[in-house]
Amino acid sequence: MTRTMAIRLWNGRWLLAAGVVAVLIAFAFAGLSAYVLVPALLLLLAAAILPAAGMRQSEENAAAIEAIGLQRLSGEYLAAAVADPLIIFDQAATIVHANAAAFAAFGGIAPGLSLPLKFRAPEMQTLLDSVLSGTIASDVVDYTEKLPVERAYRVSASSVGHGTDLYVLVFKDQSEARRIDRMRADFIANASHELRTPLASIAGFIETLRGPARNDPAAREQFLQIMQNQTGRMARLIDDLLSLSRLEMKPYLKPGTEVDLRQTVDSVIDSLGPLARETSVAIERDFAAGPLNVPGDRDELFQVFENLLENACKYGQSGGRVVVSIAHSDGAEPGIDVTIRDFGPGIPEEHIPRITERFYRIDVETSRTQKGTGLGLSIVKHILTRHNARLTIKSEVGKGAAFSVHLPTA
Amino acid sequence: MQSVHIMSAYDEELKYLSKRIAAMGGHAERMVEQAVAALVNADPGLAQKVIRDDMVLDEGQREIDDKAIIIIAKRQPMATDLREIVGAIRISADLERVGDLGKNVAKRVVAVTDGRQPNSLFRGLEALANLALTQLKEVLDVYASRSVDKIGFVRDRDDQIDAMYTSLFRELLTYMMEDPRNITPCTHLLFCAKNIERIGDHATNIAETIYYIVTGDQMPAERPKGDKTDKISLSGALPVK
Repeated sequence: MTRTMAIRLWNGRWLLAAGVVAVLIAFAFAGLSAYVLVPALLLLLAAAILPAAGMRQSEENAAAIEAIGLQRLSGEYLAAAVADPLIIFDQAATIVHANAAAFAAFGGIAPGLSLPLKFRAPEMQTLLDSVLSGTIASDVVDYTEKLPVERAYRVSASSVGHGTDLYVLVFKDQSEARRIDRMRADFIANASHELRTPLASIAGFIETLRGPARNDPAAREQFLQIMQNQTGRMARLIDDLLSLSRLEMKPYLKPGTEVDLRQTVDSVIDSLGPLARETSVAIERDFAAGPLNVPGDRDELFQVFENLLENACKYGQSGGRVVVSIAHSDGAEPGIDVTIRDFGPGIPEEHIPRITERFYRIDVETSRTQKGTGLGLSIVKHILTRHNARLTIKSEVGKGAAFSVHLPTA
Repeated sequence: MQSVHIMSAYDEELKYLSKRIAAMGGHAERMVEQAVAALVNADPGLAQKVIRDDMVLDEGQREIDDKAIIIIAKRQPMATDLREIVGAIRISADLERVGDLGKNVAKRVVAVTDGRQPNSLFRGLEALANLALTQLKEVLDVYASRSVDKIGFVRDRDDQIDAMYTSLFRELLTYMMEDPRNITPCTHLLFCAKNIERIGDHATNIAETIYYIVTGDQMPAERPKGDKTDKISLSGALPVK
C-alpha cells in the first residue's frame, strides 16, 4: 500500500512541485496566511496520492511489455523445454515442428511429413480429423504402439491460439504404469497358481482317503504325511508372500542403525546348522579381521544371508562344502563383500539374469523337492535394493555358484 | 509432398488418396494385432469385432478405387502422379487382403480355443505375427517418409518370417503326433500361421509398389522362396503303438 502511494507521488512529482511552487509564490507575493498555506499543501499531496487515470495506463504498458516477451518466445524453444514428445502441425496435418523427445520416441519424424501417414491407428486418425475439422477444440485419446516395443501414450490434440492454423499433439507416456499393472496381474496369476498346486494334491488325497484307501492304515499314514508336506509348502509360500509385501510397503530404510556383519553371519550359520548336517554340507568361514559394520537392518540382512546360505546348502549339496567369506572391498565403492560360494552343479548362464524374478525356477522338480517357494531370491534382491547394496552372481556349470553381496559402508 | 500443381485441388486429391491409404493401413495393422490377441487370450468377443471391422477395409478399397479413377479421368496425370495413383490402387488391394487374412485368423478363434489349450501352442504363432506386423509397420512407415533407400530390410524380414513359419510348421506337426487330441487346434493354427505368413508377403508387395512409385523402376527381382515346408516330413518318427 505504502509502496503504491510512493509510486503515485513519484509519478506526480512535476505537478506536485509546480503546485508547491505556485502556493509558495502566492504566499510570498500575496501575503497569504499560514492557515491557508498548510491546507493548500495538504490538498495537493492528497490529490497526488489518489489513483489517477495515468496510472492505469502505465500498468497496461507493463502488461503489454510482458506479452511482447511471451510473443517473442519462439515456439521451438517452448517445444524443446517440454519433456514429453510434442508435435506441432498445420491445417493439412503436415508436421511443422517436432521436439527432441518426439524424435527420440518415434524416429523418422521430419518436418513436412504427413501426420496421418505416420500415426495410422484408427483412434489417432479420428482424433486428428476431429481437431482439424474444428468440431472440437481439443481432445484426448489413448494410443498404444505394439511394435517394436510396447508403448502406451495418452495423446492430447488441440489448436494453438486463435487463427494461427497451427495445432499441437502432446504425448504422455503411460507405458510404465501399464507395465506395472501387467506385472501385478502376472504376479497374482503366478501366486494363485503356486498355491493351487499343493491345494489340488491335498484335495486329491482327501478324496482317496475317504474312498479307496478308507481301510488301509499304511496308505493312510503315507498320504497324511504327503498332505502335511503340502500344507507346509503352502504355509511357507504365504510367509514369503507376506514378507515380500511387507518389504514393498516400506520402501525406505530408517537410517542410523548399524549391523555387525560378523555376528549376523555367524548366527545365520548357527541357525542353519541342522540343515547343513541333514544335507551333509560343511560350512567354512573365511572372515576378514577387524570390525565389519555396515548401516542396515539386522533382521532383514539376516534374512538375506539365511536365504542365500539355505540355497547354497540345498542346491549345492553335491559339492559337499560351502564357503562363506566376508572381505573389505576397496574398489570405487568402499564396502564389505559377503560371498557365499557352493561347489554344486552351478547355474547355466542363460538363467542368471532371471533368477531373482519371482517364481522363476531353473528346474521346477528340484525346487519342489527342496521345498523352495520361488520367492527366496526376490526377497534377497528386494532387501538389498533397500540397503543400496548389490547382488552379483557368478557361476560356471559344473563348478558351483558364488553369490556376492556388496554392502556399502557409508 | 513433392512438387506443387497449379490446381491446388489436384494436390488435395492426391493427398487425400495417401491419407486414405494410411488409414487403411492403420486399420489392417490393428485387425491383425487384435486377431492374434483374440487367439492367444481366447477372446471370441474380440474376434467378432475383428470380423466386423473388415467392412471398413472393403469400404476403403472401394473408395480409393473410385477416387483414383476419377482423378485419372479428370486430370490425366503423368509420371510420378500417375504412378502414385496406380500405386494407391495396388496398395489398397494388398491392404484389403491383409484385412481378409486377419479376419480368417479371427474366424478360427472359437474352433481353436474350444477347450483351453496350453499357452505353448500359441507362443510360436505370436512371434510369427510380431514379425509380420513389424514388417507391415515398417513398410507403411516408408510409405509415409518415402525413404526407399531403407527398403532393403523387407527382404531380410521376409527370410525371417519364412524361417519362423517353417519351424512353426514342424513344431505343430510334432504336437499333433504327440497327442491326437491336439490335431483339431493344431490344424487350425497351421492355417492361421499360413495366413500370417501371407501377410508378410503382402507387405513385401506393398514395399515393391512403393519402390516403383518413388523411383519409377521395378525393384530388382532376386527373391528365392524361403518357405521350406514343402520338404518337411516326419514319416520316420511316427509313434509305434
